Amino acid sequence: MRLSRRFEETVHDQFHEGQVPGPLHLSIGQEAVAIGACEGLRVSDAILSTHRGHHHCLAKGASPGRLMAELLGRTAGYSRGRGGSMHVAIPSIGLLGTNGIVGAGLPIATGAAYAMQVQERDDVCVCFFGEGATGTGAFGEAINIAALWQLPLVFVCENNQYVELTPQELHVAGEIWRRGESFGMPGERVDGNDVGAVADAVATAVARARDGEGPTMIEALTYRWFGHYAGDQAAYREDEEVQRWRTLDPLVRSRAALSDADAGALDASVEDEIAAALAFALESPITGPDALAVDHLATV
Amino acid sequence: MAATTEAKTRSLKTWQGINQALTEEMERDPSVVLVGEDVGCPGGPYGVTRGLLDRYGSKRVRDTPISEQVLVGLGVGAGAVGLRPVVEIMFFDFAMIAMDQIVNQAAKFRYFSGQSMPLTIRTMCGAGGPNGAQHSQNFEAWFCAVPGLKVIMPSNARDAKGLLKAAIRDDDPVLFIETLGLLPTRREVPVDEDFVLPIGVAETRREGTDVTVVAVGRLVDRALEAAEALAAEGVSVEVIDPRTLSPLDTETIVESVRRTGRLVVAQEATAPCSIGAELVALAAERCLPQLKAAPIRVASPFINVPTPVPLAEARAPKATDVAAAVRTVMEPA
Ligand SMILES: Cc1ncc(C[n+]2csc(CCOP(=O)(O)OP(=O)(O)O)c2C)c(N)n1
Repeated sequence: MRLSRRFEETVHDQFHEGQVPGPLHLSIGQEAVAIGACEGLRVSDAILSTHRGHHHCLAKGASPGRLMAELLGRTAGYSRGRGGSMHVAIPSIGLLGTNGIVGAGLPIATGAAYAMQVQERDDVCVCFFGEGATGTGAFGEAINIAALWQLPLVFVCENNQYVELTPQELHVAGEIWRRGESFGMPGERVDGNDVGAVADAVATAVARARDGEGPTMIEALTYRWFGHYAGDQAAYREDEEVQRWRTLDPLVRSRAALSDADAGALDASVEDEIAAALAFALESPITGPDALAVDHLATV
Repeated sequence: MAATTEAKTRSLKTWQGINQALTEEMERDPSVVLVGEDVGCPGGPYGVTRGLLDRYGSKRVRDTPISEQVLVGLGVGAGAVGLRPVVEIMFFDFAMIAMDQIVNQAAKFRYFSGQSMPLTIRTMCGAGGPNGAQHSQNFEAWFCAVPGLKVIMPSNARDAKGLLKAAIRDDDPVLFIETLGLLPTRREVPVDEDFVLPIGVAETRREGTDVTVVAVGRLVDRALEAAEALAAEGVSVEVIDPRTLSPLDTETIVESVRRTGRLVVAQEATAPCSIGAELVALAAERCLPQLKAAPIRVASPFINVPTPVPLAEARAPKATDVAAAVRTVMEPA
């Protein structure tokens, strides 16, 4: 979590220095959802992420240096710096993509899970999405087929209360964790700022999925500390609300379990890793027009 | 592909060619799966996929709910983790619902990740049944505007088989457009199981010296019929079938148009922003000094497809329309 937090703080600084040639959607405040959910996953398990996905990428094992390079438009980035934050896909570690299209990961998650079923692997797919994505048709299609085919799929709705610039009340009818109920899909709502609670809920769902018992719908309640995108002042919400959620900082809560010495050592190692990642990214050349045409087709 | 592989042939209907391609590729490669609405138990709404469920089982041949976004998403997700999926979108019109997965997801995967997306999306276009304005449309040109996607549109059983096999073996996402009106038409097809045609290569179906007719899909047979009739009038028509619409074999077409100096394009789609429009632009950019007449597009009129078959057929361009266009470009300037 600390790695993700410091990664985003660092990239946010770089944004203000004009080093990020694209939009940034920060997940600061929501780290426990990604880190808890990915805790028990294997490299061969797959995840689908969203436009707000740095924490998912890091939790699934993306290299902080290459991810930073991507966000900074450098050639060492995962898409040679051409894609940026919303367009990171690293199939070799099971990251099938952050996504610029809200809800688009849901159908792809069904495909990864279907493939695992066909290949008779006991791997699973975890699909992250925001509460805003529950309004898409893709969500309805995906939960139906996941339940119908008993796919090894865990839906993790990261409910951070806001859908772009409007509160979730304007978007969501009913309760998301119960959306799978009539499909025979178990659901659970967890405190998304409690990394242990998220990890436990997802571990149970993953175990069911590995055993061929089908999908689960998990709703993790959390909060995004910053605006929708870097630069958004979030004037549409009250300071008091933001401050209240900041006191529920998932990092502070998980830190309570560590000794001061352990916490200090952890902080130091994260600082080293972040410094190395930033140095790696800044050393990589800024991507130029010569890289634009590659990687469109395997064969022409 | 060695010439010997084409030695022995059999007459097949187009749907049989497609069925054989699917069967042979599923037999050859256990990572090939087929998903779509009605592809399994009923063997497809027009019987194209019959027999596959019995042979390969419901893991690999799977009927899906009516979920076009998920349908293509199944292919994208499965393609990303090691399968070689074939997904069927029953009618081309329904691809409108799956646009995001085709255009924003499948076609971008390699650009973002550098890795293969070996996905084949089969669909069916065109008038030919009593299906009406929402089950008969030709959108092929829309998809040719998308980088990262290949578009194939065969006009006969031989190309359908050889190119579908190529699409399945290919490491890129391919939109493979079948044509309803062509399913029952026949052509000799090589028996060899490794008969695979190259993607991106046009076929000159008839050589000629006076006019180049580039015909697509259902209009290829009609253009050949027109060429035959025109030969009796002393007009020598070259008929080219691009077969792959993206990437387009521009060299074959440019070479022919420069040689004949005249171009007619024939397609079932409507004319605005179509393949025909693209080909006329190609001729303007690269063949202008050689052109002896303004090119003509023979296309369906810019109106919706009616449901009654006689009306739908009346709307589609015919061999006589192609012949009339050829006579026009042959008129002295
Ligand atoms: C299909 C689509 N519609 C609209 C947008 C614009 N948009 C980007 S993020 C966003 C809000 C998404 O909210 P949610 O899913 O709750 O995720 P969060 O931003 O809260 O993490 C919207 C509307 C988009 N990217 N894609």
